[in-house]
Amino acid sequence: MKAPLSWLKDYVDIDIPAEELMQKLFSCGFEVEELIEVGKDISGVVVGEVVECEPVEGTHLHVCKVDCGKHGVLQICCGADNVKKGIKAPVALVGATVYATGKDHVTVEGVMTIKKGKLRGIESDGMLCSGVEIGVNGDTFEGGDYCGLLLLPREFENGADIKPLVGLNDYIFDIAVTANRPDCQSILGIAREVAAVLGKKVKEPDCSYTAVAGKYGEIKISDLAPELCPRYIGHYVKDVKIGPSPMWLKKRLSSCGLRSINNVVDITNFILLEMGQPMHAFDLNTLGGREIVVRRARDKEKIVTLDNNEFELNSENLVICDGEKPVALAGVMGGLNSEITENTGEVLFEAAKFARDSIRKTARALGQHTDSSALFEKGVNEYTTEKAMARALHLIQELNCGTVTDVHKDVKTEYSKLENKKMTVSVEKINALLGITVPTDKIVEILKSLSFEVAVNGDSLQLTVPRWREDIDLYPDIAEEIIRLYGYEHINGTFMPSASITNGGYSPEQKAEMRLKQALSGKGLYEISTYSFYSQKDLDTLHIPENDGRRNAIRILNPISEELSIMRTTLAPSVMQVIVRNLRRGNMEGNVYELAKIYLAKELPIASFPEERATLAIGMWGKCDFFDLKGAVETVADVLNTKFEYVPSKKEFLHPGITASVICDGVEVGYLGMVSPQIAGELALDRPAFIAELDYEELKNHAKPFRYSPLPKFAVETRDLALVCDKNITCGEIEKAIYGACKYVTDVKLFDVYAGGQVGEGKKSMAFTVTFTPKDEEISTRIDGFVKKILGNLKYNLEIDLR
Amino acid sequence: MEIHEKIKEIEAKISEALANVKISRHLQEVKMKFLGKTGEISELMKGMREVPPEKKREVGQLLNELRTRAEQRFDELNSKLKEKELEERYAAETIDVTMPAKKAESGSFHPNTLIRNELVSIFSGMGFEVFEGPEIENDYYNFTALNTPKDHPARDMQDTFYLAPDLLLRTQTSAGQIRVMENKKPPIKILSPGKVYRSDDDATHSPMFSQMEGLVVDKGITLCDLKGMLDEFARKVFGEGVKTRLRPSYFPFTEPSVEVDVSCFECGGKGCRLCKGTGWIEVLGAGMVNRRVLEGCGVDPDVYSGFAFGMGIERIAMLKYGINNMKLLFEGDTRFLKQFKD
Repeated sequence: MKAPLSWLKDYVDIDIPAEELMQKLFSCGFEVEELIEVGKDISGVVVGEVVECEPVEGTHLHVCKVDCGKHGVLQICCGADNVKKGIKAPVALVGATVYATGKDHVTVEGVMTIKKGKLRGIESDGMLCSGVEIGVNGDTFEGGDYCGLLLLPREFENGADIKPLVGLNDYIFDIAVTANRPDCQSILGIAREVAAVLGKKVKEPDCSYTAVAGKYGEIKISDLAPELCPRYIGHYVKDVKIGPSPMWLKKRLSSCGLRSINNVVDITNFILLEMGQPMHAFDLNTLGGREIVVRRARDKEKIVTLDNNEFELNSENLVICDGEKPVALAGVMGGLNSEITENTGEVLFEAAKFARDSIRKTARALGQHTDSSALFEKGVNEYTTEKAMARALHLIQELNCGTVTDVHKDVKTEYSKLENKKMTVSVEKINALLGITVPTDKIVEILKSLSFEVAVNGDSLQLTVPRWREDIDLYPDIAEEIIRLYGYEHINGTFMPSASITNGGYSPEQKAEMRLKQALSGKGLYEISTYSFYSQKDLDTLHIPENDGRRNAIRILNPISEELSIMRTTLAPSVMQVIVRNLRRGNMEGNVYELAKIYLAKELPIASFPEERATLAIGMWGKCDFFDLKGAVETVADVLNTKFEYVPSKKEFLHPGITASVICDGVEVGYLGMVSPQIAGELALDRPAFIAELDYEELKNHAKPFRYSPLPKFAVETRDLALVCDKNITCGEIEKAIYGACKYVTDVKLFDVYAGGQVGEGKKSMAFTVTFTPKDEEISTRIDGFVKKILGNLKYNLEIDLR
Repeated sequence: MEIHEKIKEIEAKISEALANVKISRHLQEVKMKFLGKTGEISELMKGMREVPPEKKREVGQLLNELRTRAEQRFDELNSKLKEKELEERYAAETIDVTMPAKKAESGSFHPNTLIRNELVSIFSGMGFEVFEGPEIENDYYNFTALNTPKDHPARDMQDTFYLAPDLLLRTQTSAGQIRVMENKKPPIKILSPGKVYRSDDDATHSPMFSQMEGLVVDKGITLCDLKGMLDEFARKVFGEGVKTRLRPSYFPFTEPSVEVDVSCFECGGKGCRLCKGTGWIEVLGAGMVNRRVLEGCGVDPDVYSGFAFGMGIERIAMLKYGINNMKLLFEGDTRFLKQFKD
């Protein structure tokens, strides 16, 4: 919301500097995001009078003597076509800053500093300026649009600083207005707040007018969609003379960045800025049946708006129609068919309140966002709707551009809000919420400054809420009004003296997650966090088949882009992206993990809460192999105090010979493996890459609680066994067989593998250290027996011999 | 006299032998030759039996002196040799200590995890327990129960990703507040960290980010209590002497609502680039829980009151570590990640 200081001054007597006002607004809840100093690029420009003007032969230049009052009479060389003796124009003195313009003399290309110079050998001690060069235009100063010199009135004193004379001494407050204060989306709304913080009265804008009575014919207005249009006011103005607006009006619009169009349209725009009420003016002659019907659009009904865009509508869109056809897209933009033109003679002004979400939906659906729709989306109040119509009629009379008739149609509905809200609040309760004691008379003073009517009755205050404050609901809202003006610096920290003691901290489950992260980070892995969404293309990259379950991803209905359009069903694509990104950036090795959720729909499209499943993914690349990855996976088993088994398996995107399923208590909980050479080739990976993914949600069920077991009374015994077996037998199979053969075996560790001449074709030798742990008895004498049994089993089941 | 000569002879032999000894191990062998059980000095001493009694005393003394001297000479040389040998060993074993260390490269936590842990440890000390709600929420928990009905303009403050007409990616961890209040009677002190999603994507916004929400509901909770807790938070996260400032703001689920700034920990409030010259840095939003929200959750607002606060974890991380681009947090670039060993 942009509010020029000069305009605010129309309603409040502001007697403090702009910076100080900015601070005051800030502390009462209106953050000034930017304080724009109008004309800050312009300096050293004064009024000058051309007292001599001689053409320079063979050029378009004139050499002038310019009287700059206290700055002396300067010789200035000038190329403008309207320079002549006797005129007054802005003079940029040596050292002045003005805008540099392009060849067209209109486009501003930057700021330049004026230097003493020579044009065609003639000395020039400054520059005579155009409007553009000093930042004024036709709406801010008469003649400002002309690309020659800006001609100044005779009464301007020679040598005087130009800035205040042409309105370049203003400040614009760019204010962040919170969503609960739509009433402050206007100059007047901000002025009310300024008045409250300064303890001044608001000078309300003049809304008086005299209607000319007479038989002007009825105008019919019907509201067929009161839920979308709670209030509609129409007023008929005749004898309209469309023409230019006066300078003061143009200046006001221009200070907020609007260009003047014509008097009637300018009045509606002025009121939009001043009061925050969007209005519309229809050319009454174009309205069939001199009638207005407010209704929902029919399916496929069409309208062409003022900006010459055609839209196809449906019943979600509210339209303003005449007796036959839509003539405006309610609250968004008028129709081209009822536009004010220079020939308009009769006008129907509209001031209405439209429902916030209806306008929002329409503006969004059609991609048609206007100043008007923005205000309606935030919410207008009917007090302002009523006032705005009166203000428009007042301005018609002030500008003398029409006759205000007494044909005034005010359609109120069951959704109208006509009364002031009344509420009773307790001073004690307000103070109890704040935790401090604000004196009652201070409270009353603050509320009155905000236009509340207050009657004090002991502890209770009977309040009449101003009609524009629709945000005021319960007493905490009143507490907020009080503290924001009383000052938050009065709030001193206390530490919940009345609160009960509670136990804090992570739940056991959250602690387990932290332990897992600690262990993995401790093992040299970096934790990553990637987006919860990706695209079907990312699944293509990993060759996930079309009909695979992982393709049943929940789609975001309104994604930012196709790249971020489905909720992930596996973390592998995200890890793959991280690996690819790192390698492309020259990070040639790395180990990462992510513990995050995947999202599994119970049905598609989803209609119920989907399952959010915590999943762990690990990625490694560069100087590493399968067993480094397996080491990280084993860390997970350690943290959960459980054991994993590994079974060779296949995965679309992994090397078929370097992939395993992870089994825990007989349940498959994940996989690990090397990214297949095919995919590595497609992604141009020049280093080996490995990915593991574990279903953490499932793993939680397999975590064994930690329990201390007393140290054995007898020492453990170990034996090394070198075995010869078929080369296809896996280490896992042998381990399992050894464990299975003897209940005293507590550890089996492979320490050597050999294949070659000494063990024969198709065979390999594997050497294990087997640890036997006694329970409650001495076992050293029984070890040989255990070994025999193990070897017997190995021979019988797997054809394995002792080497 | 024979014994004197023998002694001289032995001493000469010792001198000769010692002159040839270069290493301590050899010295030991030589020593045994003279002082060992069958060594020359020992043999000589064995001869004492044959010495006439009147000479025994004299000869005995001479031989003892011989032995003592010999032992001394051996010991002296031994320590000299040992010292020399040790020096040689040191020289031989000297390494280049500036060569790289053998260490298991340690990994790191994501900055968000670091900040989250720090916040949880601060607030759990104040009695807050951690609650994590679902990321996919329905309209009720994310908006309606938080006093943000369908036509409310506050919905525009947050661009929401929808998955179905009534299901969405939560835009705020405040959604978890409602789930807690529905299931737990006051006193309530919870922290609710987690991922949230908004349809925003630029240098300072990411479509996914994390928030940490706090909620207190109990008897007699005031705005001053909120301020007291925030002061404690600011001091612990940003350092001693860091102050907080409340200023009015708006959230549908709190009333009054405040924006909370901390005094700039970089410049101490004098104004610098980090605080854009204002001396203050915005860190979180907070407020007294709206009565309608309490009511909706079955908590009697005439008996209980409370406050809530919510902060962006990435924002805190970026401020604390001086990270200037939010994207870096989600790219998984190891050059970035390996720095976070806080």
